[in-house]
Amino acid sequence: MIINSQFTEGAATIRDTVLAGDYYLKVIKKGQTVRILDLEGNQAADTLFYSAEDPSERYSATDTIREQKSVYLTAGSILVSNDGNPMLKIVADTCGRHDTIGGACSTESNTVRYALEKKCMHACRDSWLLAIAENEELGLSKQDITHNINFFMNVPVTTEGGLSFADGISGPGKYVELEALMDCIMLISNCPQLNNPCNAYNPTPIEVLIWDAA
Amino acid sequence: MTTDVLYKDSVEGGKHWSLRMRRGTSLRLVDLTGSANVGMLFYNPENLFERYNAPDTLKCQHTFKLTKGHCLYSDMGRIFCSIVEDSYGWHDTVCGNSSAKTVQKKWGERNYQIDRNNWQQNGNDAFLVEAAKYGLNKQDLAANLNLFSKVVPSKTGALTYAAEQSKSGDMIELRFEMDTLVLMHTCPHPLNSAENYPFNPIEYQIVKSAPVAEDDLCRNSCAENQRGFENNRLYYLGI
Repeated sequence: MIINSQFTEGAATIRDTVLAGDYYLKVIKKGQTVRILDLEGNQAADTLFYSAEDPSERYSATDTIREQKSVYLTAGSILVSNDGNPMLKIVADTCGRHDTIGGACSTESNTVRYALEKKCMHACRDSWLLAIAENEELGLSKQDITHNINFFMNVPVTTEGGLSFADGISGPGKYVELEALMDCIMLISNCPQLNNPCNAYNPTPIEVLIWDAA
Repeated sequence: MTTDVLYKDSVEGGKHWSLRMRRGTSLRLVDLTGSANVGMLFYNPENLFERYNAPDTLKCQHTFKLTKGHCLYSDMGRIFCSIVEDSYGWHDTVCGNSSAKTVQKKWGERNYQIDRNNWQQNGNDAFLVEAAKYGLNKQDLAANLNLFSKVVPSKTGALTYAAEQSKSGDMIELRFEMDTLVLMHTCPHPLNSAENYPFNPIEYQIVKSAPVAEDDLCRNSCAENQRGFENNRLYYLGI
């Protein structure tokens, strides 16, 4: 569902560019709205959320899918935690559909998906592991690196039970916006994948904008 | 099909258990009365941080459903087990678990004082108990399997718990390709909206696996699985 933003870029209190292959870690306070902006198109923003108060509560793809009885995320979707609580709501979306069943790339999954000799290529899960190593105060470990959202990724499922990584439906300037319903730690890996035609083998920067509660 | 049954037991509906499966053995699960659900998670007993990964499993085999010919992957690019037999044809791995809240909303409170062992256990708490036996906690729970449960997506991605669920006698056989800690429960699928809490029992058998042949169906169902098997071979080389 396409819904345009109510915010102007000039009013954002935070505006950061995240290069491909980097992670981005930020606390989004309850009531704040965060926009993830696909600057050049079809770039995957692999994203995890944790409760800032208790990071053992975190975004759960399965609880979110079960509660909304749908596999795709778009405007109106409520992101649900592993404790069954609403964490964030997608309030604007100019892309129309985002994946949460395809997961994130890792060096090990690259060996399976592409070739055994791809094992030392940079991957999303390495970015997250670096993030938790560099931010020990969060108390996160590998057990917290779990099933994420792939903003801007198109992973259609079929009524026969198939799944594919299709050409992207995002484009330059498309964005998704989420309002925090609790204080959340947002951890993005701007995907470094060089083997997937989805991003034309060319990972590109994204931008993150944050607005305070109105 | 392998026939050398080393052990068998049954699990009543709404219960949980765990066991360590050895490489070279298979776990055969049989739906005894129909409409069973078996929630399941896998961990590597040598490194509990290595665990079943549903997204990796689905995307490397380009599938949403799981059935015969598919392999179930860890987050480390290795194969815990292969689905070598399946009479039902569609097993879910994206809908997660029932919880105390969702079970109470549908069927009322879980109350051991009154119901004794027919209490209305939920999948989340069942996994928490089994996980804790190995030092694991809620942060270690991942998207689980829901064996014998079919959930069908529409063209727009809406999910429906299929009206036609598994029948009495339906079975699935998992051939373990590495030693694996298996957590399992028989609590209802989270989208099951039966009028009363469904207590559906299963039987599980441990059987000796036939050797994995060069032309093995699961190993050769896609190039990704050939690489997954190679990763297992390297693991047992000590790499």
